[in-house]
Amino acid sequence: MIAHSVFFYIFSLIAIVSAVMVTVSKNTVHSVFFLILDFISISCLFIMIGAEFLGMIMLIVYVGAVAVLFLFVVMMLNVAEQKGQWFSSRWDGGTHIPVGLLVSLIIFFELIIVIGGWKYKPDLLNSLSINISNEVTNTRSIGNVLYTDYILLFQISGMILLVAMIGAIVLTYRERAGVKRQSYVKQISREKDEGVDLVETERNKGVKIDV
Amino acid sequence: MFSIGLGHYLTLAAIIFTIGVVGIFLNRKNVIVILMSIELILLAVNINLVAFSIFINDLSGQIFTLFILTVAAAEAAIGLAIIVVYFRNSDTIRVEEIKNLKG
Repeated sequence: MIAHSVFFYIFSLIAIVSAVMVTVSKNTVHSVFFLILDFISISCLFIMIGAEFLGMIMLIVYVGAVAVLFLFVVMMLNVAEQKGQWFSSRWDGGTHIPVGLLVSLIIFFELIIVIGGWKYKPDLLNSLSINISNEVTNTRSIGNVLYTDYILLFQISGMILLVAMIGAIVLTYRERAGVKRQSYVKQISREKDEGVDLVETERNKGVKIDV
Repeated sequence: MFSIGLGHYLTLAAIIFTIGVVGIFLNRKNVIVILMSIELILLAVNINLVAFSIFINDLSGQIFTLFILTVAAAEAAIGLAIIVVYFRNSDTIRVEEIKNLKG
């Protein structure tokens, strides 16, 4: 129990510090690295608490795909090194900083009040339909539920991913001038008459092509 | 102090959520950091869902975390594509220079 709590505090401290560093880093590449550290420590917490499948999926999806996507865009746009202040305030005289801090503090204390003053009811325990059983693994129980009860949501999320992929391609696609490319319509609609040219040649003389 | 309960996880999620909100409010550097702050907020929500799922002994929270992950990945892809297009058009993604909407 002691070890569990010690590891909880270590991982959550790393997560909080790296979340702060994501926000305040001057270099955007460093922000992405701290985002990766944040995801890794949170997925360690998930594995510790007993949601192994989600922890591993977090590692694969966030660290393997999303963070690399962020890194790729940061490096492609060449905006990594930002000159100037952390929170520069040239355009509105800096009034957004105290207001933003005030609103964020209010949000934080509201959340803390909700957590502190709230006790979950004992009759809520084990009263819902899909319980976590200790006999099968986490992955297996998620699969049992995901492919039966939540199959429609699962397929809709697949559609969302497809739409996101097509949208990203359509948004970033641009036609460049002067690039030779294949035209399928032209290729397929070619006929024999225009494609083949029969030339009468004299003996022992060549033929001029591309006149 | 030494027995980790639901409140610890909820507090951690609240702290990370607030850091994400601060990142959105105070950021004047570039839009990519704002997208990363949104990822932090979604991460805090995921922590809440998983902690409730474990402590109430109900698997639905973990299923919904999977769906939130899916939507977060789609949102990151679309958002980054929009940022790339905007950078191509106007050569900057500094937040203080994006004022086409006069906001």
